[in-house]
Amino acid sequence: MTFSLPHALAVWRRNAAMYGRTWMYNLLPNFFEPVLYLVAIGLGVGAYVSEMAGMSYAEFLAPGLVCVAAMNGASFEVTYNIYVRLTFDKAYDAMLTTPIGPDEVLAGEVLWAMTRASIYGGCFFLVLVLWGLAPMPSAILALPSILLSGLLFAALGIAFTLRVPSIDLFSFYFTLFLTPLFLFSDVFFPLEERLAGAWLWVAELLPLLHPVRIARCAFRGEFRAIILWDVVYLLGLSTALLWWSRSAVRERLMS
Amino acid sequence: MIVRAQGVSKKFDQHLAVEDLDLEIPHGSCFGLLGPNGAGKTTTLRMIYGATAPTSGCIKVFDIDVAKQPRSVRARLGVTLQHNVMIDVLTPIDNLRVFGRYHLLREPELSKRIDYLVDFLELRSHADMPVINLSGGFQRRLAIAMSLMNDPELLILDEPTTGLDPAVRLALWSKIRDLRTAGTTVLITTHYMDEAQRLCDRVAVMAEGKIIAEGAPSDLIATHLKQEAIEIDCDPSEEKKLLALLPNTARTMRAAGRLVIYVDEATELLSSIDAVSKDDRHSRVIRPTNLEDLFLHLTGTQLEGGA
Ligand SMILES: Nc1ncnc2c1ncn2[C@@H]1O[C@H](COP(=O)(O)OP(=O)(O)OP(=O)(O)O)[C@@H](O)[C@H]1O
Ligand SMILES: [Mg+2]
Repeated sequence: MTFSLPHALAVWRRNAAMYGRTWMYNLLPNFFEPVLYLVAIGLGVGAYVSEMAGMSYAEFLAPGLVCVAAMNGASFEVTYNIYVRLTFDKAYDAMLTTPIGPDEVLAGEVLWAMTRASIYGGCFFLVLVLWGLAPMPSAILALPSILLSGLLFAALGIAFTLRVPSIDLFSFYFTLFLTPLFLFSDVFFPLEERLAGAWLWVAELLPLLHPVRIARCAFRGEFRAIILWDVVYLLGLSTALLWWSRSAVRERLMS
Repeated sequence: MIVRAQGVSKKFDQHLAVEDLDLEIPHGSCFGLLGPNGAGKTTTLRMIYGATAPTSGCIKVFDIDVAKQPRSVRARLGVTLQHNVMIDVLTPIDNLRVFGRYHLLREPELSKRIDYLVDFLELRSHADMPVINLSGGFQRRLAIAMSLMNDPELLILDEPTTGLDPAVRLALWSKIRDLRTAGTTVLITTHYMDEAQRLCDRVAVMAEGKIIAEGAPSDLIATHLKQEAIEIDCDPSEEKKLLALLPNTARTMRAAGRLVIYVDEATELLSSIDAVSKDDRHSRVIRPTNLEDLFLHLTGTQLEGGA
């Protein structure tokens, strides 16, 4: 059966219709969260840091936090929310009575997770612009890194969610996987200055490192060749994970 | 034929849920799939609309191989699942809109179709309330409305009236008859024999994954059981005395203190029962044999005596 984008968009619209009911409650925290981080760490801790990688600490922090916001937006969606749709709501059982197939379900969910990532990341970005921490117009070029973060963390989360036996295990995903990424992916301090050469290669495996690097380059208004590797990594790993998830979606929905 | 299944089996790990099933559902008919819990009814339906693949065998719906082209098959049928699947925080109208989009309906057809179905299933009074606040009967009607969004040629209903009050059941039966009159083919599963008897042209009784009887409800009863059923309260100790009166072709069935006797002609037997024991037998009921008797006869194990 060939893939049908309109049907994938129908899956996307289902989630959008549900989100539309509660967007006010969902959206506001998106604005508060970055403000809290920036005030506490950027300004609070930053007051004791004269400069980091050649800029003020708040300036250093800003682009990484945009990607973290995108990561969180996508991750909540593809872990708890997909699990609930799968096990409790049985939403996919209903979809499979219509022309929607498992591939369209997967694609629709990925697109929706990317949308949530964009809403989170976009709100964060807006706060930075108003704060004056996003140098215009070059910072605009950081926006694609929001989408790429959304794609990658959608793919990672879905691969986990489809195989996780119980909703309780998601706390492991968040505390043992996402939190370390958040802390050690160049967001709070420049990894390159902290790690010895050999370890730097290992650090390249960290998923969050790559969108953060793209965003930081955009904020600085500079181009580095390594960004091409970041894009290849993000697209390559996402594609591989999603391909792997295709069969798992079939197994879960059509057994 | 709208549905034609040949030699269909479905195995879950070691468990054979459906075994070598053959099924033919002609255009415009109402076909009932009966059977106790776990008989394989839902699994059979899921294979028919392509939500799961048979382990072996072939299913054609609208003469299309479901395994090869599930999308074209599902575009033309509607399914009401055993358990309601809807978005609790949205209104019936919004739920219908979401579901209509699964079928790629666009405005203005989408709103037109919703409007029609809201009237058809009498949802108007609560059409703008979140689904979570609606009664079970209302939710079930909405579930059926959702499965009609694409104006299906084949409507599949998995236990549509389980847990509903008698008034709602009566109303739903009449809607299902309306749909049939309009040319929709209906495939229904149910535990209610009266429902099957009222709605279905043909029924198949499933047990442990196999069809053990199939035919028109009245023919099935005629083949397997006598015309009339006498129900009496009767102590197991008295039973011997009573059974001596019975023609040796009669069947009986016991459920706790209640004895059901199946005969062709009830009055004659009744007078001889009265002759044996003059005392008033409590709650004596004479009724026509129904599908429920047949069902218990075929799937229950309490039956004894007779040929
Ligand atoms: N996805 C599945 N994985 C494993 N076993 C399953 C699966 N679906 C159904 N079964 C098993 O297959 C058998 C038939 O189940 P099915 O749901 O088709 O029965 P049913 O006739 O619809 O029963 P009910 O009247 O309770 O709805 C049951 O033993 C059930 O446990
Ligand atoms: Mg069932």
